[in-house]
Amino acid sequence: MMHFIDRRLNPKGKSLPNRQRFMRRAQSQIRKAVKEAVNGGKITDIGHNGRITIPSKGLHEPRFKYDYTKGKHDRVLPGNKEFSAGDQIKRPPKGGEGKGGKKASEDGDGEDSFQFSLSREEFLEVFFEDLELPDLVKTSLKEEVEFEKQRAGFVRVGSPSNLDLKRTMRHSLARRIAMRRPGSDEVDELRSEILALEAKGKKTKKLKELQEKLELLESRRRFVPYIDPLDVRYKSYTKIPKPNTRAVMFCLMDVSGSMSEGMKDLAKRFFMLLHLFLSTQYERVELVFIRHTHMAKEVDEETFFYSRETGGTIVSSALEEMQKVLDDRFPLGDWNIYAAQASDGDNFASDREKCLSIMQESILPACQYFSYIEVMDEQELEIFKDEQNMTDLWRIYSQLTPEFSNFAMRRVVKSNDIFPVFQDLFSKEHAKDT
Amino acid sequence: MGQARKVQKPLYDGAEWSFEKLDAVYDAIEEIANEDLGLNVYPNQIEVITSEQMLDAYSGIGMPLMYNHWSFGKSFVQDEFYYRKGMRGLAYEIVINSSPCISYVMEENTMTMQALVVAHAAFGHNHFFKNNHLFRQWTDAEAILDYMHFAREYINKCEERHGVEAVEELLDAAHALRDNAVNHYSRPVPLSKEMALQRLADRREHERADYRDIWSTLPPEAEGSADDKIKSHSQVANMVKFDLPEANLLYFFEKHSPVLEEWQREILRIVRNIAQYFYPQKQTKVMNEGCACFCHYFIMNRLYDKGLITEGSMLEFIDYHTRVVAQPEFDDPRWNGINPYALGFAMMQDIYRICHEPTDEDKEWFPDIAGCNKGIEVLKDAWENYRDESFILQFLSPKLIRDFRLFQIHDNSALPHLKVEAIHDGRGYRKVRSALAKSYTVSEMTLDIQVADVEFEGDRAITLRHMVHDDVPIDGKQAEQVMQRIAQLWGYDVGLYCEDAMSGKILATYDVTTS
Repeated sequence: MMHFIDRRLNPKGKSLPNRQRFMRRAQSQIRKAVKEAVNGGKITDIGHNGRITIPSKGLHEPRFKYDYTKGKHDRVLPGNKEFSAGDQIKRPPKGGEGKGGKKASEDGDGEDSFQFSLSREEFLEVFFEDLELPDLVKTSLKEEVEFEKQRAGFVRVGSPSNLDLKRTMRHSLARRIAMRRPGSDEVDELRSEILALEAKGKKTKKLKELQEKLELLESRRRFVPYIDPLDVRYKSYTKIPKPNTRAVMFCLMDVSGSMSEGMKDLAKRFFMLLHLFLSTQYERVELVFIRHTHMAKEVDEETFFYSRETGGTIVSSALEEMQKVLDDRFPLGDWNIYAAQASDGDNFASDREKCLSIMQESILPACQYFSYIEVMDEQELEIFKDEQNMTDLWRIYSQLTPEFSNFAMRRVVKSNDIFPVFQDLFSKEHAKDT
Repeated sequence: MGQARKVQKPLYDGAEWSFEKLDAVYDAIEEIANEDLGLNVYPNQIEVITSEQMLDAYSGIGMPLMYNHWSFGKSFVQDEFYYRKGMRGLAYEIVINSSPCISYVMEENTMTMQALVVAHAAFGHNHFFKNNHLFRQWTDAEAILDYMHFAREYINKCEERHGVEAVEELLDAAHALRDNAVNHYSRPVPLSKEMALQRLADRREHERADYRDIWSTLPPEAEGSADDKIKSHSQVANMVKFDLPEANLLYFFEKHSPVLEEWQREILRIVRNIAQYFYPQKQTKVMNEGCACFCHYFIMNRLYDKGLITEGSMLEFIDYHTRVVAQPEFDDPRWNGINPYALGFAMMQDIYRICHEPTDEDKEWFPDIAGCNKGIEVLKDAWENYRDESFILQFLSPKLIRDFRLFQIHDNSALPHLKVEAIHDGRGYRKVRSALAKSYTVSEMTLDIQVADVEFEGDRAITLRHMVHDDVPIDGKQAEQVMQRIAQLWGYDVGLYCEDAMSGKILATYDVTTS
């Protein structure tokens, strides 16, 4: 006798140890590929598109193999069309179609790189590796959960207000056709015919036939109802927790000459984290990039991170620009507004008052959260270590902290700092205060 | 086929499968397999798994109890990637040459697919595994699952004791020599988990019992002079002592490497045994799939003739079947070599045809079997006694060569043009046939590499020799990497020289010097 064994409930993921071993083996390559994906990719892509390509170097499993590009050998192929014995054929180009085109990479050995997918968690783990990420997703802003009704198919029972007329009628029509229910025009026609005959006043045989037929039709109409309980369908809804509508995230950055590439990279990482974080909280997160020197401009992501600009540094110009964008496109009631500003702290001395007033009067009241990140290199950190010696912007913004709990500022020197700073800014306790 | 159609009630209807239906279909298939085909199979064990478990099973080269290694993870992530992106489907089944014969079927399959898979794997492949002479000589179906279990446990234990990295490094090196780890001429000793454990225990016991502290106080020279046998420096003595030349490289390192520890030798042995286990499969791809396809085709048709499956299921089956046995032509974008399913199935069907409805040509080419009316007997004999190479050489008929429009190309890299050597015509049949058969020989799959010499007295260098046939050289880049791994196994200098088999000229050398 034979056994069928149901193994479907056995644990899956038997390959997990192997997968982990592979990941460990390919660690350095994966780390590099992820970094490249981060540096080259867009902020919005991070963590969504886990597909990465890594070079197969070091992952190659060598064997003793023939090199068939040399020497003499015979091959038998199917599908001869025009060749006859003794023909000379031009050697097809390598890798091209035709004779054994795929031979070279038959078992993947010919490939130089290969693609695979990282799960979102794996990707984040690698991405935040040198940032020592504990668990980003668990850190969440305290917020009220709202429910949203979502369509979930059709049901046979429900409240009349949820009746789906179209579907009900479709069922009814199908049933009526199938059961051959006489249509009203058919009955009307018969009736008028009878009336016409009756008007003539003669009780002919035909009249009687027609009357019998009419009776039959009508009884059939009674027998097969126009709408049967069978036909009725109601719309069904389920409640799903609703992410708190939508948010817009402003990225402000000083791009004047004093910002080095390293500083920009730090800023970029911070922006990315913030975006990732907001994405877990909100259904839709818009990004606005504003860069400034002595004048500010809204730009696309590419320009924001990669193009260079020279000029002085007037921070208020960026704030003004942000204010303008807010007024134009993001009405206060509809959007959660977040902003992150990165700068090396330089500002024209004359700009102080203006900055302060814009922040106090319009921006901070509108924002859910505004974080200021001051990026600097180690030397600068030495200089600006103590409270007496502060950068211009730091000095101005310090005045805001007591008044606005939705404003925070931190200094970042190394990429390792970013995550702790980020966590510090967005920890649960902090959110409670806001 | 041929029999009068006794109409019975279909066993199932629709696509959904259930265990009751599977049971009924299995019994019906078993009846046909026993009565019409007379198959001789191991007891069957059919396991239903999910697609994710199928992906898992894939990565362990189809073995359910494979030990852990990153290379299996590599194939797993890749299979998974292609599968998730919809670029590649999954196999409908995996079957393991063991007793009981385990077939995995996927839960996503329709009922018709399950029937097909049972006929294909649980009867077709199973019969082949049990009866083909290569499998009977080289593999031990009773013991393989036990042995795999032992191997997995053993390697796990080694990882605990010696560290994952050390084991991984060793496995990397061993895997590089997997193709050169088969005893081509002597049959392997039957595997057994108990025996393997017993051998290890004996060895430990021997070491313990033989331990004499006093030996450790002896000066090192005394050891050499005490042993008369290794005094001789001549190569001849070495040849005799180490039984050179030796083509089973992994075996040689396991037995004679001066640097490996006991557990490392045991792991080499495991890799070698598994390679040996797969050796018959490599040589019988066409026949094995041909046998399974013939069986499922025959059985499904019989089921239909008996009225046990509906017309709809039959159509569904034919759809799958034709896709499996399709052979794209050489200039087709889908061309990826000769499809063993297509060639195997066509040859089996052709043999059956020759036995029952021979043409004059068949009578001339196959006087022994043409018109004998014992198609199934002839096929079963072939399944038992041939491998791909000899099977093609014996049974590929002119009709099939015409049907496939096979032609032979001679590729000499020294010449600018390829030459069409033979096509499907009277003068070409035999040439095409032997050329095709040759492409399935063992020497096409593994290179002729042997341990040629060992210098145990001096620098302990080892020399490997590759015999180059038809000027086809070794892939140099890969050879360099493999030699690195060999150096790791041997611990001292290693060298490989490639010698032309005809002229004896040395064409290339690959050396790794350890210092």
